Amino acid sequence: MSTMAQPRKWEYVFWPLFATAIFIAFWHYTVVWTATKIFPSPLEVERGFAELTHKGVLYHDIVDSLRRVAVGYLAAVAIGIPLGLMLGWYPTVNQIVNPVVQILRPISPIAWIPLAIIFFGVGDYAAIFLVFLGAFFPIVVTCVAAVSNVPLIYRRAGRNFGLTPARILSRVVFPAALPQILVSLRVALGIGWLVVVAGEMIAVTSGLGFLIIDSRNSGKRYDLVVGAMILIGVIGLVLDTLFRQIEKIKPVRWGFRDES
Amino acid sequence: MSTKTAMETPTTMTASARTKLRTDSVGMIFDRDGKSLSVLENINLEVSEGEFLCLLGPSGCGKSTLLSAIAGFLTPTSGEITIDGEAVRGPDPRRIFVFQERGVFPWLTVEGNIGFGLGKLPRKERAQRVSHYIQMVGLEGFEKSYPHELSGGMKQRVEVARALAVNPDVLFLDEPFGALDSITRLIMRGELLRIWQAERKTILFVTHDIDEAVQLADRVVVMSARPGHIQQIVPIDIAHPRDISSPRYLQLRDGILNQIGLAHKL
Repeated sequence: MSTMAQPRKWEYVFWPLFATAIFIAFWHYTVVWTATKIFPSPLEVERGFAELTHKGVLYHDIVDSLRRVAVGYLAAVAIGIPLGLMLGWYPTVNQIVNPVVQILRPISPIAWIPLAIIFFGVGDYAAIFLVFLGAFFPIVVTCVAAVSNVPLIYRRAGRNFGLTPARILSRVVFPAALPQILVSLRVALGIGWLVVVAGEMIAVTSGLGFLIIDSRNSGKRYDLVVGAMILIGVIGLVLDTLFRQIEKIKPVRWGFRDES
Repeated sequence: MSTKTAMETPTTMTASARTKLRTDSVGMIFDRDGKSLSVLENINLEVSEGEFLCLLGPSGCGKSTLLSAIAGFLTPTSGEITIDGEAVRGPDPRRIFVFQERGVFPWLTVEGNIGFGLGKLPRKERAQRVSHYIQMVGLEGFEKSYPHELSGGMKQRVEVARALAVNPDVLFLDEPFGALDSITRLIMRGELLRIWQAERKTILFVTHDIDEAVQLADRVVVMSARPGHIQQIVPIDIAHPRDISSPRYLQLRDGILNQIGLAHKL
């Protein structure tokens, strides 16, 4: 097979599976060759997971993590998009608020954990707040930039047809900025999923983050630690793949033409 | 001048035609890096109702700036622009600006774009108007298509249709066919003339293409640069459809080339 040839249909499935198989085999033999007592082999991870699934724990942990991400993320979207659009629409307001945003933005949500616990106590809301923080700033900052990137021509056309400023914002600026906003929403979802795991290690007693830290603390079950890590990765991939489907919707497709 | 066309052709500068638009000693000064730059100087123009006027000049002569000012997007530094006796204070749906095809909204379908300015109409009337103008610009079958699925010429048709749909009395066209290939450009010129003859709009058309100006306009306003001013106004007294190899056409075109200082230079 030449490298120039168009890959066939089965190859799209086969080669990624092949690479995964190689990786798992490498993992397995590394564990065997090094004769480690701590690091689990793929088979041990699989067995540990079967055990958790039987107990019904795993399902609840997944649902709890997803729920926290959903609430925190949707709150960030619901507040971040209107705020970002407004700041982009009124550059003078943005100039006033921007320094605060730029100082808060680089602070990792993890650094907020002590304050989150003061604000919300140990529990769901602290974890949700961390997700919110992680998703909020990228959304706001991108919305501001997206609005100012809307070509002058579109705004002029909106004015020319006699639209009020509010309608120019909703019918011209927002749809024109939407592809860029969607990119930030996708990034923010990824960050939310990263942050929830960290939050759950400290603030709550359920979820995949808690599963990891609990498996280590109560009996050094590294098979479960690694299993939970893999699960987090797979769910992250699924979320991202689902989100990318939105980019194929026709009213935003034009903004993603560069991607394959 | 004899004409073989059955269609009545507007004679240039008909004495009876009402003045639609005036510019009175319009000047425009921009601030660039602290230096003031005079872009337009003492522009005096009078455009009759239903007239097709071309603003012709090299890039940087201020013709697009003048058009933007007349459309109300820019405020002149000095002088005044009046349309129907009213001073221009901003853009207005009675006068639509057609950009190069870049002005089409990529998030709306052909239908959505053409109906964009018709938000206040009842749904049924809106649909009728949209389909009427889709037909006029020959885009039947593409109602549900998105701009990125269309060619440059088709996008330009969408934009012209979007402008016509709100039934404006004036159309401003800023090098509308500049991004099209030369064959499509010729076709689009013909279509624009056809639409103009059917709808009787006043048209201000900016171009840097001398042939384009002489093929389309009732009068060609030749502008020159730094600061932009009107060098000469040339009436094109040839009936439509114009024979672009007729002696009169060539004479007028060469006259303008001469005026710009480019005659027999190639």
